Amino acid sequence: MTAVVSPPPSTVDTVARGRVRRASRRRLVITVLAVAVVVAFAVTLMVGRTFYPPGDVLRVVLGSDVPGASFTVGRLRLPRAVLAVVAGLSFGLAGVTFQTMLRNPLASPDVIGITSGASAAAAFAIVILGWSGTAVSVTAIVAALGVALLIYTLAFKDGVAGTRLILIGIGVAAMCKSITSYVLSKAGAWDFAEALRWLTGSLNGSTWEATVPTLIALLVFGPVLLGQTRNLSALQLGDDTASALGVRVERTRVIAIVAAVGLIAFATAACGPIAFVSFLAGPIAARLVGPNGSLLVPAALVGALLVLVADLCGQYAFGTRYPVGVVTGVLGAPYLIYLIVRSNRTGGSL
Amino acid sequence: MTAIHSLAAEDLTLAYGDRTVIEGLDLLVPPGRITAVVGANACGKSTLLRSMSRLLAPRGGRVLLDGKAVHRLPAKELARTLGLLPQSPIAPEGITVADLVGRGRHPHQRVFSRWSAADDAAVAAALDATETTPLADRAVDELSGGQRQRVWIAMALAQQTDVLLLDEPTTFLDVAHQIEVLDLLTDLNRARGTTIVMVLHDLNLAARYADHLVALSGGRIHAAGEPADVLTEECVRAVFGLESQVIVDPTSGKPLMLPMGRHHTAPRADVLQGTPGS
Repeated sequence: MTAVVSPPPSTVDTVARGRVRRASRRRLVITVLAVAVVVAFAVTLMVGRTFYPPGDVLRVVLGSDVPGASFTVGRLRLPRAVLAVVAGLSFGLAGVTFQTMLRNPLASPDVIGITSGASAAAAFAIVILGWSGTAVSVTAIVAALGVALLIYTLAFKDGVAGTRLILIGIGVAAMCKSITSYVLSKAGAWDFAEALRWLTGSLNGSTWEATVPTLIALLVFGPVLLGQTRNLSALQLGDDTASALGVRVERTRVIAIVAAVGLIAFATAACGPIAFVSFLAGPIAARLVGPNGSLLVPAALVGALLVLVADLCGQYAFGTRYPVGVVTGVLGAPYLIYLIVRSNRTGGSL
Repeated sequence: MTAIHSLAAEDLTLAYGDRTVIEGLDLLVPPGRITAVVGANACGKSTLLRSMSRLLAPRGGRVLLDGKAVHRLPAKELARTLGLLPQSPIAPEGITVADLVGRGRHPHQRVFSRWSAADDAAVAAALDATETTPLADRAVDELSGGQRQRVWIAMALAQQTDVLLLDEPTTFLDVAHQIEVLDLLTDLNRARGTTIVMVLHDLNLAARYADHLVALSGGRIHAAGEPADVLTEECVRAVFGLESQVIVDPTSGKPLMLPMGRHHTAPRADVLQGTPGS
C-alpha cells in the first residue's frame, strides 16, 4: 500500500534523470539550431555582389549610416533575410503542427493543398485584382482556411481518417496549382519572376511592406501554437486517450488549424509557397531531437535555416540565380517519394 | 485514503447517427470495487464505457460522477478523477516508456507550468506499481504486447484518478499476460481502493476478477450483481444465444462457464467415467 503511494527514491531518481537527459538533448539541439540561424542570417546580409564585413553590417542594422552598405544591406538584403527567417519559422511551425496533429508526416500543409490555396488566392488578388498589402494577406488567409475546411469536409466520414485526408489534399493541391497557372497566364503580361514566386516561392524583390505583416502574424499565431504544445503532445496518443487526459480535442484542433493556416497564409502572401519547407522541417527536427519532447520550436528553427541556406545556395551556388523554392523543391521531392515508397513497402497506410 | 466517488448512469440512451446502441440504461458502479461489463459483440459495451468517460455525448439521460453530469464538468477536472484506457491507444514513434507514462500527468499540469517533483513522483509510483521501472528508458516500440499494456496502464495510473475505466485491457494478450494484467488491476483496487470498470471479452475471467458483473444485451442490462448470481446458464443463453454449463470453478469458487457447441459435447456420464468425448 505504501509502495504505491510513495515510490522508492531510486525510481524517482531514474525518472528524474531520464527526463533531464531528454530535455537537455532537446535544449542542445535548439541552441545549435538557433546559432546556425543567426550565422546564416548574418551571412545573408554580408554576401552579395559586394561583400560587406560584419562590422559594416552590424552598424547598418543598428541604424547608423554607412555609405553604400546602408542601401544594399539596409534596403535590399535586410528585408530579404528577415522575410526568409520569418517565413521559414512560420512554414516550419505550421508544418509540424499539422504533422503532429494528424499523426502523419505527409499531412503537411504544402502537401495537402493549404499552401497552394493561399498561393492561388494571393496570385489572383495581386495579378488579376491589382491589390496589395493587407488585402492580399486577408485573401490568402480566407482561401487557405477555405481549402482546409474543404479538405476536412471531403475527408469526413465517421471521423477524419488521415489517409483519406491526405489523398484528397493532394488532389486539392493539384487543383490550386492549376488555378495559379491559369491566373498567371490570364494576366497577359507574363512576368516570369512573378510566376515563379506563386508557383514555387521566391524571396526576390522582398520589401518591408511585404515582410512586416508576416512578422506580426508570427508574433500573434506563434505563441498561440506554443500554448497548445501539451495538448498536441496528448493528441499524438489518439483522440480518445487525449480526451481521457482532459484535452478538449475539437477545440485544440480548431485552434491549431486556424493558427497554423494563419501562419501559412501570411508567409505565402509575402513570398509564395516555398516548396516543401513545411513538409521537411518536422521530420528533420525529429531526427535531430529524437523522441525527446515537443518538436514545435526545433521544427520552426529548421524551417528558418532551410529557407536561409536554400536562398543562399539559390543565389550564389550556381551560375544562374534560382528562386529559393526551386532549391527546397529539389530537396523535398526525393523525401516525398521516399515516404510514399516506404509506406508502400511496409504495406502500412500513407 | 482514496476518496470514494460514485459513478452512475441514469436513463442513458446512446446512439451513433440513427443507430441506437444503448437505450434507457440505469447503472450504478459500486465504489471501490471492480466491475466487469460483458456481452456479445456490438452489444454496446465499449460505447457505454466511452460515454461514461464522456468521449460520447448521450442522446438521452446522464452519466453522473458524484451526482454531477460528467458532460458538464470541466475536462481537466474530470480527468483528475476519472481515467480511461481506450482499446487501441497510439504510442508516438520512438517515445520512451517514462515519457509516455509522463503524458498521464496532463490533467495536473497547466499550459506553461514546469514539470514538478510531484509529477516525477507520480510517474515513478506508476512505473513501480506496474513493475515497469526497468523499462523506463526503453522505447515503447521495442516492448512485447504484455509489457506495452502494463506501460499504458502505468500512464493511466500516473493520472492518479480514483476511478479507472478500461476498454478490453486484455485483448491481444496471451493467457499469462491476461492474468498478469488482471492481477495488477486487482492489486491497485486493493491497495488504493481505486474503482475499476472494465469491458472484458472473456466471461470466465470477468467472473473470476470482478466483484460486480454487468451483462449487457441489446443495449440493456440483462443482469447485474455478484458474478455467482449473474453468470448462469439462462444468462449465457439470453445474452450470447449459447447453450452452456455453469459449474463452480474449483480454483476460485467463482462460476465457470463451459460452452456447449454442436461438437465435442459428450454426455456428462461419459466425462465422469473418464471416457473421451466423441
